[in-house]
Amino acid sequence: MELLLTVLVDGLIYAAWLFIVALGLTLVFGVLKILNIAHGSFYAIGAYAAASLVTWFTTIGLAPEWSLVAMLLAAAGVAAVLGPLLERGLLRLFYGRDEVLLVLVTYALFLMLEDGVKLIWGVDPYYVSEPYSLFGNVEMGPLFYVGYDFALMGLAVICGLGVWFGLNRTTLGKIVLAVIHNPEMSASMGVNVNKVYVLAFICGVFLAALGGAFTAPQISVQPGISVGVIILSFAVVIIGGLGSIEGAAVGALIVGLSRAAAVHLVPDAELFIVYLVMAAVLVFRPEGLFVRAQARKI
Amino acid sequence: MSMRSRFRSLACGLGAGVAVAAMAMGASPASAETFKIGIVTFLSGQAAEAFGVPAANGAKTMIAGLNAGKLPAPYDTKGFGGMEIQPIIIDEAGGATKQVQELRNLIQREQVDAVVGYISSGDCLAVGPVAEELKALLILFDCGTPRIFEDNQFEYVFRTAAHATMDNVGLVRYMKDHDVKVGTYSAINQDYAWGHDSRNDFVAAMGQLYPEAKFEADLLPKFGAGQYGTEISALLRQGSDLVYSSNWGGDLQALVLQAGPRGLFKRSQVVFSAADHVLPALGDKMPDGTIIGARGAYGLMSEETPLNTWFQTTYTAEHGVYPVQAPYRVSQALLGLKTAIEKAMSENGGKKPTTDEIRAALKGSTWNSPGGQITMANGNGHQAIQDIAFGRTRYDADKKMVVIEDIGRYPAKCVNPPADMKANDWIKAGFPGAACN
Repeated sequence: MELLLTVLVDGLIYAAWLFIVALGLTLVFGVLKILNIAHGSFYAIGAYAAASLVTWFTTIGLAPEWSLVAMLLAAAGVAAVLGPLLERGLLRLFYGRDEVLLVLVTYALFLMLEDGVKLIWGVDPYYVSEPYSLFGNVEMGPLFYVGYDFALMGLAVICGLGVWFGLNRTTLGKIVLAVIHNPEMSASMGVNVNKVYVLAFICGVFLAALGGAFTAPQISVQPGISVGVIILSFAVVIIGGLGSIEGAAVGALIVGLSRAAAVHLVPDAELFIVYLVMAAVLVFRPEGLFVRAQARKI
Repeated sequence: MSMRSRFRSLACGLGAGVAVAAMAMGASPASAETFKIGIVTFLSGQAAEAFGVPAANGAKTMIAGLNAGKLPAPYDTKGFGGMEIQPIIIDEAGGATKQVQELRNLIQREQVDAVVGYISSGDCLAVGPVAEELKALLILFDCGTPRIFEDNQFEYVFRTAAHATMDNVGLVRYMKDHDVKVGTYSAINQDYAWGHDSRNDFVAAMGQLYPEAKFEADLLPKFGAGQYGTEISALLRQGSDLVYSSNWGGDLQALVLQAGPRGLFKRSQVVFSAADHVLPALGDKMPDGTIIGARGAYGLMSEETPLNTWFQTTYTAEHGVYPVQAPYRVSQALLGLKTAIEKAMSENGGKKPTTDEIRAALKGSTWNSPGGQITMANGNGHQAIQDIAFGRTRYDADKKMVVIEDIGRYPAKCVNPPADMKANDWIKAGFPGAACN
């Protein structure tokens, strides 16, 4: 029972972290049909920006609670700067081309952003571990957990519900859904498709940067943190079905829980388990667990 | 004066100048020469912050000191035997194939006299045969795998630092000598060659010195994982007396940052085989009482000598932080090279020595470094052995830094295999021939 509870809690914490990042990836794919490899770089830039801003907030004497605001602002700042710049300045030039070309473009972007990060922040690590203790500790059976991890679970739920509600219960969301189903028809009905694309991309960048910003207190922020997260995020959205929010949530839960179970029960299978689950899902559901209905064009 | 006669007198003047310069050069052949070395270390990627950049900084400090003749005796002659050292620093990032190309480039295009480099064991294994094929002098300064000279016979390749076996044998000896009680132990290591090899050596050494101890959780998260929450839960649930890790860099820092608040360091005695390099950055986040190693008697665990004092003072002044393991290891490579070159020059009449003369002088040699004496005792005189130290961490609030207490030192022949044995066989045989104090 205690083992089951531990696996459940560990799995949920890991899934929450993964879901925030994967949500942005799946949103961008859903709207723009871009498999965005540079998404991992947005995560890293969010972490660096948060580390810098939290440090500055501390330097000017703001209370530790303000570091949460700093992290949020950092993610928003990254999205506000990089989102429109990259979507309008680069990605729009490749819409309508082969999807593989866009994968290559975002891979090239990923490489450039990696070097850009080193140019701005160097190779030294950044630490902002103070926010990690803001929510105290939680005793659960024989184990201690850090309250911050549970706060991240709350953040993941807010992000998931926010995106779902925004898409399904608002006028703007319905416009976005219309663009997802048929951009040409939406444009002919007077929808500014370009604006929808920019907005969706900014949201995607924001979610990646938010994941990075709120992970920064747990890790040493340094070059290379973008690689692992993008691979795992791809696994999540492939399991869940590209473009599906519900799929990303279920995919993150499957990856988080199966990984936690492996670490506790079969440690040697930890690396393998994510890909095993992904392969198993693809055998039975080649397009992932949740496939968005496609409007048939005549 | 006509144009022709003006040209003639200008040519005569230039000719005379060249002749005078040539005579001046002839008066001291070596002093006007340069010795060009390629230095290969990670300037980008995961290992840059922990090892690569500090190593590059260490090389810069040492080379500038040597060129200026500022080091204490016996290294107070300028450069290498009067020759100015000209470094070319290359990024080790990019994998073994790229490093093979870069090594060829350094030797054949840049025509360096020697290459000092390589942190990654994979790169060391890849470049050794290439240097051998090109008959170029290659000094490996850091990589940890014992396989370089256990699986190969090289003439032109040397490693001037001990391999990873001493980190784990020394750590277990330290635990035994300091009465650390271990009924059960667990391990968390990075899932690649370094993590696996270190864990194997540690477990084998535990089998010899703590034969009753039971090995419990054996975790191998992927390199660069970043998130260790689940692994920390597994270690906490296991509740072993001891938790061992050979993690380094960002992985080690993340593990400490996440495990500290969750009480792992209170529940178990945590030991890190190679953790000194994260102390300046972690500061008070490194829990007190953690047993750590530095891959040598380096940094805060080094002994006070005039050479070490010079190195620590100069490095700290130049780079704003005290030197840890990587700057020490590159420095001992450079001082070994200097010792060999100057020995070769003393035997050839003071001329710039050939590659063959240098390698003959370096083979089996001994010299002092900031981290103690280095002896090329193994690998047919190509593999160094050296002393190692371990200690316990304590955050000193007054100094605002982690200090190391309860330091234990182990002589090279206590923690390194003898010349005629492979490391793993030596541990499993119960350390035959080990000479401990």
